[in-house]
Amino acid sequence: MSLSPENIKQVAHLARLELSADQVGPYAEQLSNIMQLVDQLSGARTEGVTPMAHPLAMHQRLRPDAVTEPNRREAFQAIAPEVDEGVYLVPKVIE
Amino acid sequence: MHNLSIAELSAGLREKKFSSRELTEHYLKRIKAHDGELNSFITVTEERALKHAEAADARIARDDATLLTGIPLAQKDIFCTLGVRTSCASKMLDSFISPYDATIVQKLHVDAGMVMLGKCNMDEFAMGSSNETSFYGPVKNPWDTTRVPGGSSGGSVAAVAAGLAPVATATDTGGSIRQPAALCGLTGIKPTYGRVSRFGMIAFASSLDQAGVVARSAEDAAHVLQAMSGFDPLDSTSVERPVDDLLSGLNHSIKGLKIGLPKEYFAEGLAPSSRVKIEAAIKTLEGLGAIISEISLPNSPLSVPTYYVVAPAEASSNLARFDGVRYGHRAEGVKTLEQLYKKSRGEGFGAEVQRRIMIGTYVLSHGYYDAYYLQAQKVRKLIYEDFGRAFESVDLVLGPTATDVAFPLGSKTDDPVAMYLNDIYTIAANLAGIPAMSLNCGFADGLPVGLQLMGNFFSEAKLLNVAHQFQQVTDFHKQMPKAFS
Repeated sequence: MSLSPENIKQVAHLARLELSADQVGPYAEQLSNIMQLVDQLSGARTEGVTPMAHPLAMHQRLRPDAVTEPNRREAFQAIAPEVDEGVYLVPKVIE
Repeated sequence: MHNLSIAELSAGLREKKFSSRELTEHYLKRIKAHDGELNSFITVTEERALKHAEAADARIARDDATLLTGIPLAQKDIFCTLGVRTSCASKMLDSFISPYDATIVQKLHVDAGMVMLGKCNMDEFAMGSSNETSFYGPVKNPWDTTRVPGGSSGGSVAAVAAGLAPVATATDTGGSIRQPAALCGLTGIKPTYGRVSRFGMIAFASSLDQAGVVARSAEDAAHVLQAMSGFDPLDSTSVERPVDDLLSGLNHSIKGLKIGLPKEYFAEGLAPSSRVKIEAAIKTLEGLGAIISEISLPNSPLSVPTYYVVAPAEASSNLARFDGVRYGHRAEGVKTLEQLYKKSRGEGFGAEVQRRIMIGTYVLSHGYYDAYYLQAQKVRKLIYEDFGRAFESVDLVLGPTATDVAFPLGSKTDDPVAMYLNDIYTIAANLAGIPAMSLNCGFADGLPVGLQLMGNFFSEAKLLNVAHQFQQVTDFHKQMPKAFS
């Protein structure tokens, strides 16, 4: 599978990555090479094989539905790029 | 002092030959003298280290100490450390001061009383095999500073190999403990998936990531891994199972131990000068009574392509959290929320991280999911089953850790695929979830060669026993690079 510059722009948009114009060409070439490596998988015989998502055959552990964390709002907001009166600020979303 | 084992350092502290403060000052002095050349630390926490060393001395004085109390340790900068910058070697987290400690940080420093010297350099978000993708610049290999130390835990291994820290933490998603340990002549162990808590360890590929140790010997590694391991309710994939005693079996004989050599690991691609050293090590183990046989892991050649679907897919999801809103890098001069996301991520992530996010996004996108992601998960199962079959007839699997010794800085940075193939022998253990380690088995042209041991689930004690027995009859692990000895 080879990726065109247009494919790269689309994937970068989906991944919310801003690329400069001069990054697109090299990424297209490098990602095409990587996908060529990945294409070896298509030859593997996997009929009837159960996909493995995780190395341990374990069930998701449950815990009692009780509050365990202390309120650390101030500590978490202290490391935020922009906050005001306890809320995270972002550019205006609704006009 | 930097030539002593952890047990010897611990005895020295107890016998009052030196204090933890003196020991810590010794390492801080060495970091100042040598790290300008190596770049193995991103942050040195001198003030905090001295304060903690004094607290450790007080613990030892009132007989409230563990064997590790007062011993310095370097943390890979992927582990969150309360009040200390935790950068993951990324511009994205350059100003991130963690508001909490990782579980292993809590265990090693608060519970065991080890002294943190600082945070080690690494590949950005642990994505790399040469420590050249770090925002803070490449790390140099202490054995030859024109060469890479391996990656992603390059700072951890360079620091320990050069005697700037007695031991360091590391993480391994596709070989990031073992390959750098091999390239810098250290002993590095990646335990079974789920054995060490991932809480507070910045996530790359969550079904593969596992924390471990790089040390100067199997015995040193066993001491620290013992203190790091254990169930953690804060990690949903942590295993609820008592931790084996990793130390009491180190001296057991390995007579009769069945070791399998996968023929795929000795095919073309392994450098002849490394092969000679691996073969000599096999003879040494045979001399200790091990029974050697050839086995096959027929699907192992597919481990690299499988990994480069599974790991980027998980990374693209994990790294979605970096959005410039709650913490981390935030771009200036944007008008919309979408621009804020895109520009913050475009500026904050380096090229290798961007490549992997895009690969992951692509293989998970509509129309490609079955062909790539689902197929990779099926091949992952085949690779896992290969090991299951192997461990029916042998106790351990042995092979090389890397295809060759450390390569020159800059020689593979323009070719991601060539870089990825560095991990051809290490990735399978991550896909299967089994424990694996690397130890120095000799030198080719003055550069260390790594021997890899892989065991069945929860066989860390057995792996360390074999490595320790090997290190009782060889002295490769005691060598230090001359420029730093």
